[in-house]
Formats: sequence, C-alpha cells, structure tokens
Amino acid sequence: MAPKSPPKATLEHSQSASGSAAAHHVEEHHYRSGPLRWLLTTNHKEIGSLYLIFSLSMFMIGGAMALIIRLELFQPGLQMVQPEFFNQMTTMHGLIMVFGAVMPGFVGLANWMIPLQVGAPDMALPRLNNFSFWLLPIAFTLLLSTLLMPGGGPNFGWTFYAPLSTTYAPPSTTFFIFALHMAGISSILGAINIIATILNLRAPGMRLMDMTLFVWTWLITAFLLIAVMPVLAGVITMMLLDINFGTSFFNAAGGGDPVLFQHLFWFFGHPEVYIMILPAFGIVSVIIPTFARKRLFGYASMVYATASIAILSFLVWAHHMFAVGLPLVAELFFMYTTMLIAVPTGVKVFNWITTLFRGEITFETPMLFALAFVVLFTIGGFSGLMLAIAPADFQYHDTYFVVAHFHYVLVPGAVFSIMAAVYYWLPKWTGHYPDERLGRWHFWLSVIGVNLLFFPMHFAGLAGMPRRIPDYALQFADFNMASSIGGFLFGFSQLLFIWVIVKCVRGGVKAPASAWDGATDLEWTVPSPAPLHTFETPPDLRGFKFH
Amino acid sequence: MTPVQRTVTKTLFALMMMVGFTIALVPLYDVFCNITGLNGKSASQPRAIVSGEVDESRYVTVQFITRTGSGLPWRLTAQDRQVRVHPGQAYEVRFAFVNHGKTASRGRAVPSVSPSEASLHLRKITCFCFQEQRLEAGERLELPLMFQLSRDLPENVHTVTLAYTLYPAAEEQLTSNVIALTQGGGA
Ligand code: HEM
Ligand SMILES: [Cu+2]
Repeated sequence: MAPKSPPKATLEHSQSASGSAAAHHVEEHHYRSGPLRWLLTTNHKEIGSLYLIFSLSMFMIGGAMALIIRLELFQPGLQMVQPEFFNQMTTMHGLIMVFGAVMPGFVGLANWMIPLQVGAPDMALPRLNNFSFWLLPIAFTLLLSTLLMPGGGPNFGWTFYAPLSTTYAPPSTTFFIFALHMAGISSILGAINIIATILNLRAPGMRLMDMTLFVWTWLITAFLLIAVMPVLAGVITMMLLDINFGTSFFNAAGGGDPVLFQHLFWFFGHPEVYIMILPAFGIVSVIIPTFARKRLFGYASMVYATASIAILSFLVWAHHMFAVGLPLVAELFFMYTTMLIAVPTGVKVFNWITTLFRGEITFETPMLFALAFVVLFTIGGFSGLMLAIAPADFQYHDTYFVVAHFHYVLVPGAVFSIMAAVYYWLPKWTGHYPDERLGRWHFWLSVIGVNLLFFPMHFAGLAGMPRRIPDYALQFADFNMASSIGGFLFGFSQLLFIWVIVKCVRGGVKAPASAWDGATDLEWTVPSPAPLHTFETPPDLRGFKFH
Repeated sequence: MTPVQRTVTKTLFALMMMVGFTIALVPLYDVFCNITGLNGKSASQPRAIVSGEVDESRYVTVQFITRTGSGLPWRLTAQDRQVRVHPGQAYEVRFAFVNHGKTASRGRAVPSVSPSEASLHLRKITCFCFQEQRLEAGERLELPLMFQLSRDLPENVHTVTLAYTLYPAAEEQLTSNVIALTQGGGA
C-alpha cells in the first residue's frame, strides 16, 4: 500500500485541511494490482500512459485504414474495395486520426508532463481525469462498431457535411453522433482539468511567464477546447434532431440551410486544427533549446504568438467555404484574416531557427523529429497560404492539393511532434534511453516515407485530381503510385516505433535524472524513471533558473 | 471554495456561455441572412407590387432553373427559361408541375436566388413556392410566378438566377401514412 496523499498543507494555494480536489480522492484509494488498477487509477502518470497507449492503438487502426485507401489508389480503376467501403475508410480514417490519435496523444503528454513541469503532485481533478480517459475507448469502440452495422459506418467524410450526413446518411449515423459526443465530453473534461492544474497547482515561485512553452501552449489549447467543443456538440445534436426528430436545421426542403452546417462546423473546425497544432508548437519549443544547448529565443513572443493564433483562429473559418458562394466582402475578409495568421506562425518559425543559430547542436532522435517538424510543417503552412488566396482556392478546393496541405501540417507536423515528445520523454517515463540506432532508422524511414507519400499529392491536386474518390483519371497514375509506395513505407516504419517503445520499457541504457545534456526544465530534477508520486512536497522554485 | 473549485466554476461558466452561444447561432444566422439576403433565400410571403416608374434604360436577365430533389417523381418546368426585364416592371412566368408517379403526393418548390445580393431586390407578388402542392398520379398543374425586380437592384447585377428545387413534403406524408396505417390496423 503506497500512501497517496499529496501533502496539501504545503501546496501553494490549498492551505485548508480538506485541500484541493487533488487531495480528496487519495484516502480511499488503495494500491491495486491487475487490470482493476488501470481501470480505477487516478494517478496522472498512469492515466497519461493510458492515453498514450490508446492514441498509439488508434494511430495503428487509422493507419491500417489509410493503407486500404492507398492500396485502392495504387492504380487507377477499382480493384480492392467497393466505392461505398472506400468512403467509409476515408471517413473513419479522418475521424480516428483527429479525435482518436492526435488529440488523445497530446492529452496523454499533458497528463504526464504538465504536473511534472509545474511542480504539482498530480492533476487538479484526478478522478475526473480517469473518467475523461475511459470515455474514449467506449466512444471509439462504438464508432468502430458502426462499420459492422447494416448500411455500414459513416461515409460522408470527416467533415460530415449535411445533408449528406443527415438525409442521405446510413442508419448508423446516430451511433456516430453518440460516439462523437462522448469524445467531445472527454476533451472538455480534460481541458477543464488542465486549466485548473496549470492555474492553481503551480509550485510556489513559478509565475505564468516562467512556465515552459509546452505548458503555455496547452493552457491556450485548453481554452480553445472549452470554446469550440460546445459548437461541435451543438452541430451534431442538430444533425441528430434532423435525422430522428423531423427538424430542418440543415434541410432545405423544410426551410433549413445546408450552408449553416458548414458555418457551424468550421467555426469549430478551424480552431480544432489549432488544437491539434499548438501543443506541437510547445513540444518543439522545449526540444529545440535542449539539443541546441541554448535558451529559447523570444520566449515572450512565443507566448504572445500562440495567443494571437488562438484568437485569430476564430475569425478565419470561412476559408474552408470560399467555394460555397460567399459574397465578395466575405471572401476578402476571410482571405485577409487567414493570411494574417501566417504572421504569428512566422514569428514562431523564426524563433526556432534563431534558437538553433550558433547553438551547440546534437542530433539525437527527438531533435531529428523536432527539426523535421520545423521544415515540413512550414511547407504545410506555405500550401495553406496558397489555399488562403480565395480566387486560387476556387481551383484548389476539394482537390488533392488540400489533402497534401493538411497532411503536411498534421503528419510531419502534429504527429512528428508527438513522436519527438515520446523519444524526448521516454527516459523520464521508463528510466531507459530509447535505442538511438533504431530511433534513427525510424526517423529516416518516416521522413522519406512521409514526403514520398504527401509531396506528389500537391501535383496531383494542382493537376485537378479531386479528393475522396476511389478511382481516378489515367494522368494521375504515377503520382498516386508514388504516394502509395510512400504510404506503405511510412506505415510499416511505424512498427519500428512500437518496437523502440517496447524495447525501451523493458530495458536499455539507464538514464539519469537529467537525461539530456541541455535539458533544464523542472521534470529533469526528478529521478528517471519518475516515481509514481512526485512533488508531493511542492518544490520551492524561488530562484530556480527557468528556461 | 478552494482555488481549484473557483477555476472549475469559472471554466464551467465559460462552457455554458459557449453552449448558449451555439444555440443562439442558429436564429442569429437566420436573422443575419434575412437582413442581408446572404444565403440567397427569398421572402416566403407575398409582397405587394410597388407601382412606380419602370427603369426602361436597363435590362436584367432573369434565369429560371428547376430541379427535382430525391424521392419525388415530379417534374417542374418553367415556361420560359429566361426573360429580360426592366427593374420595376412586374412580370409573370408560368411553371408546370407534373407528377409522373403512380400515387398522389405532396411536394414543395424551394427557391434560391443568386447572386445573393439580388435576393433582397426580388419581390415575389405571387409564387407557387409559398405553399405545398398536392398532385394526383399523372396530374399536371400550371402555376404562376409573378415577380418584380426593385429599381434599387445594384448596378453590377446583370443576371439574376432563380433556382427551384422540388422536395417531397415529408412530414405531411409521414403523418398521413401513419394515419392510414393505424386506420388499416384498426379496421
Ligand atoms: C499558415 C497556416 C494555415 C493556413 C493559411 C491554412 C489555410 C487553409 C485553407 C485555406 C484551407 C481550405 C482549403 C480548401 O478546402 O479549399 C485549409 C484546409 C485545411 N487545413 Fe489549413 N491552413 C493553415 C494551417 C493549418 C494547420 C496548422 C492545420 C492543422 C494542424 C491545418 C489543417 C487543415 C485541414 C485539416 C484542412 C482540410 C479540412 C478538410 O476540408 O477536410 N491547417 N487550410
Ligand atoms: Cu482552417
């Protein structure tokens, strides 16, 4: 029986005996072994691991679906799957990667690292934390089970535009809505927990401007989640009403308006893409200084840039709708606001590069992924700028160029940042260094695979290949074959990633508390592997040298 | 209240605000579109003719597009595909509805105007789109649209397209089916 009480009396803010919510649960909680331990755990490290394992499993399932898509597109013509099933694969792939892999991956990292980086004993609301996690496996089991239902699973694209997703949708759509509701509630509860942890449980002496950028970006992301998840919930509830209760929110026949769906969806959707990239910015901003052995250049400007990106992200949603027939003023407004976002994003890229300038750089695996992030994410930003030009977007819209754009920002962007974070923090989690040689193989195969996979999509798109189709005209054959080969290379390289993780959990070179030469953040002051309970006595950080 | 509870309360409050905002977005969108005409919907009630000068110096082409949404075996055709009118002049076009189906059914033509900035300037004096239609199997029905383009139609608009999409009047059908079923079962 391990005593689990964080010593609340010494916590910065919770002086009263009953203490913070973090302190409540512990007395009745006993150390369990076996599966029940994982089901009932309220420990931020264990829940963090659960999130990360869940995210990795979803990444593999969503990845398998992507490989089915690439297999079908390897050659023109229909050979492997039926078009109906192809549509289910594109839809499920998108939904699983966005809501099942990337978002829970970042939440897992937040669970593990935010308490360690702010000097807190746990998350502020540990039992809620357990609940937020366990909603996810339920939600995604439900979502995946729709594939076996009569009429098949969702087949209307991850953006589920009405009336395709209402009037013309398969019967399983109600389950899709329910699953998304659960995933949304999970995100909201996770966000509340993160906000409370960051704002209330910082160790004495740590001011907001002392926090690492990972913590900062997550704080801002959590506010974005609070702001837009209700909009998503509203939109799918309206779909539910349209489907089952005869309302006509999006049904033109009954006086509704399908374009309203797109406005609501993208009012959620664009901030959502920033939810998937801001924590990545944070991760890269802690990894690059470590391996360049320099302080992060422009810390304050990084914080302000993140905040302005978050605010601007509410003013750009209709750049996804340039082709619906917006009035000229709206086209111009959304075109300029979208381009404006490139300014704070540019500030960030500038700061990362300046941090590298004259640094004593070493290229361990986490750094390789972080550097690839900077280069390849920027390519995705540039294609975003091309798409932001409203008159040009009339041509690019709904082509593979858009697919190339968002995959560049999401795969070598968000996903690479998660991988960088895993390599970076594995020594802290397991007490062993990940195998450097295998890590490099994983990195190089992934980089080559990802570029071979997504770069040709730019050309296919510019030449006019529409997205979300199982068959295509002959002139796109070479681009698609290259993409498919890259897809398989990238996909199978991820088995290496799993191998590295398993190997690292089981053993390897022992890591000291401060596992990386240039690492200065607070998590590197606790032993490796981090014991189940850390910072039970909050560290006194007055005089600590932050970043 | 502990500081954590205070933060959580504030966050929940923000969350509730956003829920309320989301619910409010739907009526706000409708109001916004009604005022600006941005979604190309035209008024759903008849408007009075504004008599007054006709702007003879200007011609505007008005095109009519008709199409049938899914699930209704009807055809809708406009007597004239396009007409040239002066702003201010009232004009009548006749539309023909035909039910090719084997049973009687109800349908409704839903209009949409583009460019959307013209929708506020298109005044419908009579229109079949204000009500549902019911057609017996094989029935053909001719109905008028009388409209007028107001004279303050923006200068840069030379063509106005009025699209009608036919939709089954779903709820009616559903309830009548239900009634038929229960009556059949009860008898
Ligand atoms: C400089 C920054 C960016 C700009 C200017 C930008 C611009 C755009 C534009 C204009 C579109 C719509 C294209 C169309 O549908 O025709 C688009 C689509 C998209 N963007 Fe970005 N973007 C940027 C960054 C990002 C980031 C950081 C992410 C995510 C991490 C992202 C994810 C997406 C996704 C997922 C779509 C496609 C959604 C869909 O239709 O399925 N973008 N972007
Ligand atoms: Cu966007």
